[in-house]
Amino acid sequence: MKVIFKKSYDRDIDLFRDRQTALRIGLLVLVLILVPFFASEYFLAEATNTLIWSLAGLGLMVLVGHTGQVSLGHAAFLAIGAYTDAALMNAGWPWLLAFLTAGAVTGVFGAIIAIPAIRMSGIYLAIATMALAVLVEEAVILAEPITGGVAGVFAPDIAIFGISFGRYDSLPNFYWLCLAVVVIVTFGYANLLRSATGRSFLAVRDSEISARALGINVSRTKTLAFGLSCAITGLAGGLMGHFFSFFNYEAFTIIISINLLLAVTIGGLGHIQGAFASAILITAVPQVLAIVRDGLSNIGVDLSGVPGLDTLVFSLILIGFIIYEPLGIYGRYLKIKAFWNLFPLSRRDMFRRQMTYLKTERMK
Amino acid sequence: MEFIQLIIGGVANGCVYGLIALGFVLIYKSSEGVNFAQGDMMMLGAFVALGFVNDDYFGLAFLPGIILACIVMGGVGYSMDRFVVRKIFGQPQFALVILTIAIGFVLRFVAGAIWGYSPLVLETPYAGLTFSFSGLIISAEDAVTILATIMLTAVLWYFFAFTRIGLATQAASQNQLSAYYMGIPVKFLNSLIWGLSGIVATIAGVLAASKGTIDPNLGLIGIKAFAAAVIGGFGSLPGALAGGLIIGVIEPIAARYGPAGVSQTAPYVFMLLVLILRPAGLFSQITAKKV
Repeated sequence: MKVIFKKSYDRDIDLFRDRQTALRIGLLVLVLILVPFFASEYFLAEATNTLIWSLAGLGLMVLVGHTGQVSLGHAAFLAIGAYTDAALMNAGWPWLLAFLTAGAVTGVFGAIIAIPAIRMSGIYLAIATMALAVLVEEAVILAEPITGGVAGVFAPDIAIFGISFGRYDSLPNFYWLCLAVVVIVTFGYANLLRSATGRSFLAVRDSEISARALGINVSRTKTLAFGLSCAITGLAGGLMGHFFSFFNYEAFTIIISINLLLAVTIGGLGHIQGAFASAILITAVPQVLAIVRDGLSNIGVDLSGVPGLDTLVFSLILIGFIIYEPLGIYGRYLKIKAFWNLFPLSRRDMFRRQMTYLKTERMK
Repeated sequence: MEFIQLIIGGVANGCVYGLIALGFVLIYKSSEGVNFAQGDMMMLGAFVALGFVNDDYFGLAFLPGIILACIVMGGVGYSMDRFVVRKIFGQPQFALVILTIAIGFVLRFVAGAIWGYSPLVLETPYAGLTFSFSGLIISAEDAVTILATIMLTAVLWYFFAFTRIGLATQAASQNQLSAYYMGIPVKFLNSLIWGLSGIVATIAGVLAASKGTIDPNLGLIGIKAFAAAVIGGFGSLPGALAGGLIIGVIEPIAARYGPAGVSQTAPYVFMLLVLILRPAGLFSQITAKKV
């Protein structure tokens, strides 16, 4: 295990733990940049999809993982981002402007939602955001002039200074565009967590009362978290609209928001890496299952007639994680890493959680 | 007259919402967790009843079939707590939300795999009957729904107010730890409540099924039942029923007198208003949160 000799307090909040970490992440970005040169078109489309989902996951992670506010309604913000972006581009705006406006509009909407939402917590917040998702879905159907109603809306191809970034005619360009957005947002997110604002998010997550006692304005922090989370999700929605090219309200049902929350939980709450793990899970499970299904049909077991199988597998993975690994995929990775770093001195109880009796919300 | 007719239909629908909400509240009161799979348990209950009652499957008589379905679903509810939910005892509330959503997906898959995804009709002995009183027409389905809800409420009230197990459950709900010290088997009682809410869900499912068709996505009306539970205030049994009735009555009135699209959104808008203005619900027992 590498021990870092810290010469200043600032060292604690450095963006990278040491030079190797920086190098590794740089290498990862480089590999991701090079993907279009050796990947097939199908794989590249899946990779793009994964990037967009990780952006949505990052958005939700700000709120759920780092501020501790559960949202079951993030599909609504995806929808707002996607429709704003598409509508503005159809009105003749250039992509970059429409995209950023979509993020800003969604962020402002989220901050407005936060005004009632910050008064709730836990279950109530989950249910309220769930209701919000239903309401936005209905509103999308009703707001036909902007959203095309049930028929849907067409998101035009992106072009910047005459270079096409279209989903179909120049997929590598679109992939790089998504990658750039994801890298910029991730960089911003990582920096946010180093700042006082980011640390106040964590404080609010861990205990609202002690956060307040430390002089943090809890309402302002929560509103900010909502706004930022929704803005990032709105950006993801904008990209998703371009990825679908043509979409209607069915692309953003309540099932999507539930899935996103479930995935972020499996990925590992409270870690940026968890958002990426969750996106890989969302896009990979159907693919892996299709491969398994093909393999099984070769040896005579036909599963093609069973609908909803990927939902089942997804749910079973989730149940397994909640029961046996509440820290998620990234949490498991950290444990394995700690095990090898300390080998042979690591002990099983190192990550053991304390069993507690429920703290009641009723005062009697 | 038309207005009263609307209200009767709404009350009957509201009874179904109220019963699902009752399931939420039972579990919330016993363990302060929210079972997001309650709607799907209702769906599964309806399908199990259909499996016992319909001629295509077992073809039992109506009442014995329903009672068998209740027993089966009680067992499903009990084992859900005993073998899955109890494993995350002590984890934050949020973990249970996620877990039960996933269980809901699994239940939906099970129902789809056994009974298929096309809508089915539960054969009831009272299908199509109507009563009329001086211009009002009440269908037998609505009458049975309302009567069954009243009866179930009375039984539950008796259970919690007078039986030994019911009183022990109340004690465990008010303070788990001291109930545990008094020798009350808290974990067993929690499982029992899950079983009870499985039974309530089955009855709600049968009542919902008698008013229309059922398919594996029936459980989505659980979202409306959430609205009912929130309006009533999580943690109040009469509140859940009242919330269900409010939702049930709002819907047809909004559909009849409001512009298009209002009837689908009215329950949620009302719920959000309640959450903003009276976050603890209209009939709440929650007063403040302990640190």
